[in-house]
Amino acid sequence: MKLDESLDRTLTALADPTRRGILARLALGEATVSELAKPFEISQPAVSRHIRVLSEAGLIVQRVAGTKRPCRLAPGALSELDEYLEMLRGALTHNYRRLDQLLAKQAKGKDRNP
Amino acid sequence: MSELLLTTEGETHIIVKRRFEASPEVVYRAHMDPELIQQWCLGPEGWTMPVCVNEGKPGGKIRYEWSNGEGAGFFLTGEILELDPPHRIVHVERMHMPDPTPDNHVVTTFLADGSGTLMTMRMSLPDAQTRKAMLATGMARGMEASYARLERVSGWKVAS
Repeated sequence: MKLDESLDRTLTALADPTRRGILARLALGEATVSELAKPFEISQPAVSRHIRVLSEAGLIVQRVAGTKRPCRLAPGALSELDEYLEMLRGALTHNYRRLDQLLAKQAKGKDRNP
Repeated sequence: MSELLLTTEGETHIIVKRRFEASPEVVYRAHMDPELIQQWCLGPEGWTMPVCVNEGKPGGKIRYEWSNGEGAGFFLTGEILELDPPHRIVHVERMHMPDPTPDNHVVTTFLADGSGTLMTMRMSLPDAQTRKAMLATGMARGMEASYARLERVSGWKVAS
């Protein structure tokens, strides 16, 4: 896989807040699918789909333990490049949410003083 | 699309796309008027921009200084290269931490999209050494900030 393809896959995997939450939980250690589903108020199949995306992006690995498939973070899953892009995404996400609010405020002010 | 779309272009560029619910004129102004920039271009929560200079003309200077209110801070300088209001801003910028990072060449475009604006920003992907330096600064807390919020909503404690 080319570097940019692999990067885009990582970025897609990280773009979803539930998947970032799953990664944050796995940063604490291994967890089963039902343990991962619990805090999110979404179904186990939905969590399983998120887990598949994370797994395909190489961010997590699963092992078989009887009927369970516990997940853990893949070693070195987040490269320094991923980390940098996530930092940038975090900063920009905050910036643009504030800009949304500023634009909404300006639109309101305009309505009042046409 | 009101969510941020962040992709890479090859190994040298980053593309950011975002839609805003305002005209290109209004969104362009929010990117050029220092009084407006100071209200939103702040990065992670808790940071402010006490100094904001944007001379607003080709050849004009840019200087943004951020502070976290606890003694940490850094600044960015740059120059405006091209302006085509309200559709296009081309500028170059560098972070000072305190050593300057290599120049980041940024092209920002604003296209009318229904009642809103689709913004596209194309910028240089910093080299590995620069990325490391930027991650090491206090600015590198975007990810930690989102983990902190996760802790608040979920009750999890994320190991650091």
